[in-house]
Amino acid sequence: MAGGITFTAVESTKLATAEIFGKTIAELGAKDKSIVCLSPDLATSTKMIDFFTKYPERFYNVGIAEQNMIGIAAGMAKSGLTVFASCFSVFASLRALDQVHTDICYQNVNVKLIGTHGGTSFGQAGSTHHAIEDIGVIRPLVNMTVIVPADGLETANAVKAAAATPGPFYIRINRGFDNVVYSTSDYGFEVGKAVTMRDGTDITIIACGSCVYQALQAASILDFDYKLKARVINMHTIKPIDRDAVLKAVAETRKIITVEDHTVIGGLGSAVAEVIVEGGKACLLKKLGIPDKWSPIGLHEDLMANHEIDAQGIVKNVLEIMKQDVEKDENWGDEV
Amino acid sequence: MALTKQEWVGLEKQAYALRDLCLDTINWAGSGHWGGSSSVADILTLLYYKYAKFDPKNYEDPNRDRVIVSKGHVGVILAPLFALLGLVKKEDLKTFNLTGSKLGIHLDSNKVHGLDASTGSLGHGSSIALGMALAAPLQGRKYKTFLVLGDGECDEGSVWEAAMATSHFKNRGSLDLITIVDRNHNMIDGNTEDVMALEPFEDKWKAFGFETITVNGHDLPALAEALEKAVAGGPKPFCIIADTIKGVGVSFSSGNYKWHYGAFDEAKYTTAKKDLKEYSEQRIAKAEKEGK
Repeated sequence: MAGGITFTAVESTKLATAEIFGKTIAELGAKDKSIVCLSPDLATSTKMIDFFTKYPERFYNVGIAEQNMIGIAAGMAKSGLTVFASCFSVFASLRALDQVHTDICYQNVNVKLIGTHGGTSFGQAGSTHHAIEDIGVIRPLVNMTVIVPADGLETANAVKAAAATPGPFYIRINRGFDNVVYSTSDYGFEVGKAVTMRDGTDITIIACGSCVYQALQAASILDFDYKLKARVINMHTIKPIDRDAVLKAVAETRKIITVEDHTVIGGLGSAVAEVIVEGGKACLLKKLGIPDKWSPIGLHEDLMANHEIDAQGIVKNVLEIMKQDVEKDENWGDEV
Repeated sequence: MALTKQEWVGLEKQAYALRDLCLDTINWAGSGHWGGSSSVADILTLLYYKYAKFDPKNYEDPNRDRVIVSKGHVGVILAPLFALLGLVKKEDLKTFNLTGSKLGIHLDSNKVHGLDASTGSLGHGSSIALGMALAAPLQGRKYKTFLVLGDGECDEGSVWEAAMATSHFKNRGSLDLITIVDRNHNMIDGNTEDVMALEPFEDKWKAFGFETITVNGHDLPALAEALEKAVAGGPKPFCIIADTIKGVGVSFSSGNYKWHYGAFDEAKYTTAKKDLKEYSEQRIAKAEKEGK
């Protein structure tokens, strides 16, 4: 990893997540002259402005043309540059998908796609700007690593890891401020390695992005009010997913609830389900996320509450799951 | 004249060898995109045998000129071209399209040495080429990037996104990107003007900030002269509109949109080989007669 860039928790609370990305990429750009940044008229919104100010010769604003941006990024990367291309997650994953698929992933080039305004974090903008399918759309692309950081410090870690690792990355961050999950950068971030935030044996809550903070809050409530010990896993890397962490949770808690600011089809919950099913051990799974319908317009926190992916929603769903005694229904010894 | 007699004759022979090997490859593969392959053959010949600085023995040279063939469905002439350049084994052409082959309708740049991009989804090559061209000054390199577009693929909006950006970035660094459109007037469903009118085509490129030259894409000295102008550079990016004939050189396919893609039975293959020989020998004879 590039190293050397640290933000304190205090600093990170004063910075929007995208600003932390912007500062991180500017710092990386100082050390690595092969880093180039591209933006489709979103240098301000995606906070690439620091990089642009310091290294204007390595910054290209391509106008409102996401497809062109991704193709340019692929051409630059094919020529040996490390390219960070940033735009709203919904357009990175849908508008420019064919270019992401063919130019980046098929050619397996060193492009780091930073999707901002992830999930419903730009809630007021409505479904044209909600990115609720991006993980499901991008996750199947060959060669692509998919990361959904939990907060600003984790975003910095993910960006540094992406810069230091050859190949395509998709990093999905939120608009605005994220609740702080980490008080330090040095918690051992590793691509593809989930972080157990809190241990427990009654149930496991697997979350990503803004839902990690909510999962931790929920776990505190469950412990304090209901004496339930919930394990909380921050599955920051959706692909490659940490199979060991999932299978360990299956074996040790037998109940899993996934939480994501994304449709329940194709995202974190689906990725976890795939691991559970292939693991051959029975496990009760509940996927929390946006149901298969368009989200209302509204503030991010209100939409999270609406979709029951906030702390209260998680608590409610955990309590429902806890009523189901799967062990009485199944002969665990018969499993393959 | 941009070509000496010796060059002209030599390039005509190369173009013949290329089209001939393309016919063979289509025959081995069972079918192929003959129409657009034959129309682009002279452009590729001039690029790979004269204007692109590209040493097949040093195909990974970071200072090599880049050639992006955005009309990626012409893998069936690119593979023979790379075979003639020594980058693909000629025996491998016989496996074209077969299960497990490294060669198929759209070539994979991670499998074919020297191929600068994996194209096939139309309208992508323009942006990739632009990215490569922009990367050169950032890395202190002076290579040129040649972009070969099909005319039908200019229906894709992404071509024009990239054209706008090529013009916009022309004077930032030293953008050295030359666009050549294989204007063969035909696409899968018919004539370009019937399916989705491109005309006034040259005006469109001009409006996007390009210096344009329209030239007979099967007249090697004329095409070479256009390339000389483009290579010399200027304040605007260059777009050469190479007026070509789809399926040229073979009686039954020449100008016939239905030969965008097809299969030869034995009789058609024999006719195609014979027609191409006649067509190419006439061109070689002309070069010998008129070359200086």
